[in-house]
Amino acid sequence: MILGLIEHDRGMLNEMSLEMLTFGRDLANRLNLPLEAVLIGEGANALAEGLQAYGVSKVHLVQHPRLDDYAPEAWAQSVVELIESEKPQAVMASGTDRGNEVLAYVGARTNLPMAANCTEVEPGDPYTVTRVRWGGSLLEEAHLTGEPKLLTVAPFMIPVEEGEAAGELVLNTVTPALDDKDFRVRVVERVKSTGDTVSLTDARVVVGGGRGVGSSEGFESLDELAALLEGAVGCSRAVTNQGWRPHADQIGQTGARIAPDLYIACGISGAIQHTVGCKGAKQILVINADPEAPILSKAGYAVIGDLHEVVPVLNAEIKKLKNQ
Amino acid sequence: MNVLVCVKRVPSTGAKIVLTENQREIETRYLGFTVSPHEECAVEEAVRLVEARGGASVVLTLGPEVAVEQLRDSMALGIDRAILLETDGSEWDSMATAAAIVEAVRAQHDAGTDFDVLLFGNEAADTGGYQAPIRVAHALNLPCVSGIKSLEIKDGAAIAKREGPGGWEVFEVSLPAVFTVKEGINLPRYPSLPGRLKAKKKPVDRIEPQRNGGKLKMVKLMNPKEEVSQADVLGEGPGAAPKIVEILKEMGVV
Ligand SMILES: Cc1cc2nc3c(=O)[nH]c(=O)nc-3n(C[C@H](O)[C@H](O)[C@H](O)COP(=O)(O)OP(=O)(O)OC[C@H]3O[C@@H](n4cnc5c(N)ncnc54)[C@H](O)[C@@H]3O)c2cc1C
Ligand SMILES: Nc1ncnc2c1ncn2[C@@H]1O[C@H](COP(=O)(O)O)[C@@H](O)[C@H]1O
Repeated sequence: MILGLIEHDRGMLNEMSLEMLTFGRDLANRLNLPLEAVLIGEGANALAEGLQAYGVSKVHLVQHPRLDDYAPEAWAQSVVELIESEKPQAVMASGTDRGNEVLAYVGARTNLPMAANCTEVEPGDPYTVTRVRWGGSLLEEAHLTGEPKLLTVAPFMIPVEEGEAAGELVLNTVTPALDDKDFRVRVVERVKSTGDTVSLTDARVVVGGGRGVGSSEGFESLDELAALLEGAVGCSRAVTNQGWRPHADQIGQTGARIAPDLYIACGISGAIQHTVGCKGAKQILVINADPEAPILSKAGYAVIGDLHEVVPVLNAEIKKLKNQ
Repeated sequence: MNVLVCVKRVPSTGAKIVLTENQREIETRYLGFTVSPHEECAVEEAVRLVEARGGASVVLTLGPEVAVEQLRDSMALGIDRAILLETDGSEWDSMATAAAIVEAVRAQHDAGTDFDVLLFGNEAADTGGYQAPIRVAHALNLPCVSGIKSLEIKDGAAIAKREGPGGWEVFEVSLPAVFTVKEGINLPRYPSLPGRLKAKKKPVDRIEPQRNGGKLKMVKLMNPKEEVSQADVLGEGPGAAPKIVEILKEMGVV
């Protein structure tokens, strides 16, 4: 069988798990094997029923009095015990912080290789996987060995689809033998983020500023434009490196991934590590002094010119429109 | 407090990644080299820890001879000494890399240096394996907190924070421990000229590591299919503003 680790936070499903199940079901169908899932912690029991719609025929409910919150090593040990008892041919998780973390521990504990962020898999021995490198700017075809095969599924690459499961959903409750060591890394406290502004990853419009903005004060007109469009401000790494904006605003490989309806990129050249972060944007408008800037090849619209001249006039035009 | 920080040399690609003809490498003839921004922050964090508490900081890389450049860059920022696990430049997977790092940490122990804090990037910039540090931690029987954006040391313990669903997740572990760092934990300093000069004289230990593992094998690299668009140039300078407004109206964002 193929085993998928369902990611949840104290009972709240991470939707990325459904991408992983879609990917896993496709593999299971090709191998004519059942797709099974694992849910860790009692708080997640309620999620089991819903998994059947994605082709899951059996859910392993891992229960343990200490599994009330996320603890990566305890989660990994739970999966390792299921590997020993159920002998899956492949174990997969989402290519999220937690998914990659837990499968890396599983790999360490079983001394097996792990392929992170796969987009395709061709079963066989070894498996041939396609996985992302450079945060998505490059793809790699690789051979993955091991018994079972350990892999995570690259987020946002697999459209979620429901699918048939064979027969009634079977629930299997298990209690792993976990010790103190498995809980030495665990969440001891949570601090809610205090953000009342539109978040970068949810915004419909993002106004991005790059080195061309020139200073932190230079962002004033971009802040105003974002406010007028009820959007958020983002930036390139050249900007965070200068300390003009906090890193939380950075878009790209080592920053946020955005997916707005419109991304307005001002004074940003378009390095691949930046553009990989705005791939999800439906439309890109560029304001840049250089007509040859590489970012133009990613954009639908462009204005060539000094952003410090263009943006204030644009803001004035929008205000005029709003006052009509 | 002794701190180890591990960095990986990678090419600084520009707007496009160009592959060699055999599709097994990035064409680097015209490129400079760097380390992941996550690792730059890990280096900065190591320097700050030792500045605040004394002890020594060590930077380690596994890579070809030329990777000494990245070791010197780190030492220019204040790292005290370096270890080069010298390879022929061929690609090692995260599992083999982790095994070699573990050997090096054990050799440091035998030579009298024990690390209280071992810092890594959250993932290597090029291969994005997401696992070498966790494998190192497991082999050395140390706790590991990954993806941290805040680190505080107090009486032999560490409080590390990372972004989780809906806010910050706080972890507390005893030292020694492994941490993987995400960019944003700090703002790395720039190297000073004296720093660069000093870095030239700092010691670099060279070791030829044993290659074990290597079970995830790259077959070939491919550029993802991407739509290249021909941007519709609305105009030059502020005169184009009314046209932008038209587009915004069409899109329904204003
Ligand atoms: C492993 C790795 C990870 C990275 N991760 C990220 C990441 O997450 N995010 C990220 O952004 N970068 C990242 N980078 C850095 C990236 O490679 C680039 O260095 C960076 O994106 C460049 O930022 P920029 O476009 O603002 O600056 P530049 O490349 O300097 O471009 C400035 C642009 O502004 C234009 N300009 C200048 N003045 C004006 C003006 N007055 N009006 C209009 N236009 C003007 C110029 O024509 C130019 O196109 C990463 C790099 C590496 C190696
Ligand atoms: N060749 C290497 N030399 C030194 N450190 C490395 C190397 N490869 C990976 N690392 C470290 O391990 C982290 C995670 O790598 P990975 O698990 O391969 O994505 C990196 O950010 C580095 O800190």
